[in-house]
Amino acid sequence: MLTPLTVTLAVAALLLAAWCGWAAYRDQPTKDWHFIGMAVVTLLALVQLVVGIVQLAQGRDPADGAVIFISYLIGVVACVPVVGLVSLTERTKWGSLTVVAGAVVLAVLQVRLYDIWGGGTGA
Amino acid sequence: MPEPTTVDVETAPAPRRGGINTGPGKLLVTLYGIFTVGAASRSAVQLSTRFHEAPLAYILSAVAAVVYAFITLSLVRGGEGARKAALTCCALELAGVLAVGTWTLVEPSAFPDATVWSDYGMGYLFIPVFLPLTGLWWLRRGHREPRP
Repeated sequence: MLTPLTVTLAVAALLLAAWCGWAAYRDQPTKDWHFIGMAVVTLLALVQLVVGIVQLAQGRDPADGAVIFISYLIGVVACVPVVGLVSLTERTKWGSLTVVAGAVVLAVLQVRLYDIWGGGTGA
Repeated sequence: MPEPTTVDVETAPAPRRGGINTGPGKLLVTLYGIFTVGAASRSAVQLSTRFHEAPLAYILSAVAAVVYAFITLSLVRGGEGARKAALTCCALELAGVLAVGTWTLVEPSAFPDATVWSDYGMGYLFIPVFLPLTGLWWLRRGHREPRP
């Protein structure tokens, strides 16, 4: 797997979490800029999904198996859009906090993805 | 027309009816949803690919998934009946986490592989312990006063 991308995505997700956490702290719902942030993170996740599929197609094998690997990649992509939608239906600080939760989950999934691929090996 | 107020729009007091699925409840639903997906997919993979390795652990993970799914659905549905059902399930969940957590510590040999609730959910940052506690608090509170 592409380690720099994994790290970038994890950092971006944590930044998004901090940003929305700040909004929640100030008792504010998510705003347009937050959604742009979510879009950026989701875009990175999509890139990761494509990179992951390409790597699999090239015959590289994740340590924990391709099925789990792909499931996690899809989970990563779904994470932020889902909490983004929830925050649209909950226009309070609790909506912002929900995005924080989703972004943190995404960061944790990156750590798991790294393990599933088999650490830094295999490109 | 002039609209001099600088407040409101988004700071308006949100939960008018104060259902169990608004405000903090929304965050709770999301967390339960995430854990439902996590536990369900985890146990599905483990049960279908290597059931015999640690049958007890995998079945317990599946049980956890069912409990999470039920609570998620109840929270989404809202209403008094769903609140009571969710309350019962949160208590059940807490009991499950504590029982399985203790069990895995006392008799590790019965668990060649981890469950979602192993070591009180340590593998999940202990969220499995905090989730039912938060749920119980939120659902009981929802009963006493309609607005948080």
